[in-house]
Amino acid sequence: MNLKAETLSKIDEVITHYPVKRSATLPLLHLIQEDIGHLPADTSEWVAAKLELEPINVLEVITFYPMFRQKPIGRRHIKVCRTLSCALVGGYKTCATFEAEFKTHLGEVSPDGEVTVDFVECLASCGTAPVVLIDDELHEKVDVAKAKQLSDQIKAEAKKR
Amino acid sequence: MIATAKPDLVTVNIDGKEIAVPKGTNVIEAARLVNVDVPHYCYHPKLTIVGNCRMCLIEMGMPAVDPATKAPIMDPATGKQKINWIPRPQIGCGTNVSPGLHVRTTTPMVKDAREGVMEFLLINHPLDCPICDQAGECKLQEQATGYGRGYSRFIEDKNVKPKRTQLGPRVTLDDERCILCSRCIRFSKEIAKDDVLGFVDRGSYSTLTCFPGKKLENNYSLNTVDICPVGALTSTDFRFKMRVWFLKQTNAIDTESSVGANTVVWSREGTIYRITPRRNDEVNDTWMADSGRVLFKAVQAPDRLSAVKINGTDSAFDIAINAAAELFKANAGAVAVVGSGRSTVEEQFLTKQLATALKASTHLVSRVGEGDKLLVSADRNPNVRGALVTGLISTLPGVKLVDLGAQIDAGKVKVVVTVGEDLAAAGLNAGQLAKISLIVLGTHAKSMDGGAKVVIPTLTAFEKSGTFVNQQFRIQKFLKAVPPMAGATDDLIVLAKLVGAAGGATIPTEVNALWKTIAAAVPALATTTFANLPETGQLLDATPFSALPFVEGETLHYKPAQPVVAAANA
Repeated sequence: MNLKAETLSKIDEVITHYPVKRSATLPLLHLIQEDIGHLPADTSEWVAAKLELEPINVLEVITFYPMFRQKPIGRRHIKVCRTLSCALVGGYKTCATFEAEFKTHLGEVSPDGEVTVDFVECLASCGTAPVVLIDDELHEKVDVAKAKQLSDQIKAEAKKR
Repeated sequence: MIATAKPDLVTVNIDGKEIAVPKGTNVIEAARLVNVDVPHYCYHPKLTIVGNCRMCLIEMGMPAVDPATKAPIMDPATGKQKINWIPRPQIGCGTNVSPGLHVRTTTPMVKDAREGVMEFLLINHPLDCPICDQAGECKLQEQATGYGRGYSRFIEDKNVKPKRTQLGPRVTLDDERCILCSRCIRFSKEIAKDDVLGFVDRGSYSTLTCFPGKKLENNYSLNTVDICPVGALTSTDFRFKMRVWFLKQTNAIDTESSVGANTVVWSREGTIYRITPRRNDEVNDTWMADSGRVLFKAVQAPDRLSAVKINGTDSAFDIAINAAAELFKANAGAVAVVGSGRSTVEEQFLTKQLATALKASTHLVSRVGEGDKLLVSADRNPNVRGALVTGLISTLPGVKLVDLGAQIDAGKVKVVVTVGEDLAAAGLNAGQLAKISLIVLGTHAKSMDGGAKVVIPTLTAFEKSGTFVNQQFRIQKFLKAVPPMAGATDDLIVLAKLVGAAGGATIPTEVNALWKTIAAAVPALATTTFANLPETGQLLDATPFSALPFVEGETLHYKPAQPVVAAANA
């Protein structure tokens, strides 16, 4: 585990918030994912050692929650809503557009390493469907045209780097 | 209104039957006492309660009282106190009894609940009972008969999961059959203290897994197979060997250590297929070690002795006894008897009679290993205390047969009778063995047999009945599971004949008849008979031996520091 010093101090601090160490499992996993971008294979053992648990106890938690990622993702995470309201007004087309633009498949890292496209459950903005969450930023009414525009924007920013 | 019978007892009403049960009893156990079966999967009496299978749903109610005055509300129709039934089913395993608790297990609501749970459990369950090892002893199969629909409304594709994961060297997992009761996870964590199992993923994808890179390989792993209510965890050794309903069950005792875990030997047509634990809350609860489950393989081992031999050549039983008699006569006063802590109490009694008739010194071979603090104790002889009780020995055996070796070196001992023990392994050197005439009673070939004057094949613990006295001084009986191997003779017959050859009295060789003689000769066993020994064993008075430095450390239900209380255990 190659964690930043800042993350390590946050981890030590967050453990003190709970009456039993075991309760800090979820916060620790979040901190590690924020730091590294995903949860590497040795996370279970590292967290278990930290919290005096058995590794299987941590692995159960990691695999239970779909938002914990066990594989690296692209530089940006594009989450397209697939739930009813968005699906009715073209969420599937939006998703397909992102996939085609970055020549990638759902859940995979695009060949340029720039994005990972995921089709996710409700993002809680049904009134402005279809919606897309790119990292922490919500984009509303993303039809095919707007999806293309967002893709171009990301590609342009990638070129600048 | 139901009054509490005793302070620590709680009176409950289950399906109209009233019963007083101890506080803290749950509804499943209380119902068991009035012969009401509450079906369950995840509940196990020796594990913590999680309540995740939902099969034990029952209807529950409490006597009605007026909220303001707390006066009982009577039902004018029956003249009894009205019962407020909870409109939703409750789980029986997680509900502890409280005074006046009413339980119904036969109502339509309970039946609906059970049928609903069964339908969900069977949704992704493969229909492979015809090839499943658990068939015949499968709880899911049993409950499906009572609460299953008989056909499935599920038209979607069933989940596909790993079919033959090797969880460890002895356990194979079929994940499709798993109903996620978590008994095995709790056993590994709470009893075996080896927390390697867990559920990964969720919903219908939940899969029982061992942590990657770890194995379920502790010496208690096969208990997970026993407690698995379905055919998910199977014994790699027993897998696909035999249908359980063909097997005969014989009560036995684990011979691997002085714990004396109660077991069942499963056999068919003279062949043993598996050994499983038998519940005894005073000794082994419902568990046993994996190492005790393979002991039956010794019965048909290639090195079993099957022929009587005199000076290395095949002979007959009577000729061998005569040869022994001649050796006894020629070397009167120079005979030693090596008894065994693996012999039964009956055999040790006869060994003692033989030694008395020969005026011989007696020795016992010690087997000390490391105890695992659970069900394998440090003393690997199952019956050293039997030898103490029968008077075969008066002190604990030394590490090696040093005394006997010294006596041989001094020329005081010229003939040694060994009952099942390997003298070379027990510390006699080749020179000492060469000096003596050896009479060997044994089950398996040993290096010393070549030089023996007389070799008489005898029986393994699975081929005879008898008793062992375990570390708690609990005398426990076991029964003959399979017929003796051809060529081998019952130890009791061999010993009784040898007693005769030594000029002793005639002794019965049938276990029940022999016990009359034992009861008459051994004061500690005066009131015991083989036939009336309870299934759970009987505690003997340990006080005469309390000064002896027994080697056992603490194990399940045994604490060495405290003297064992010889309470009557009828």
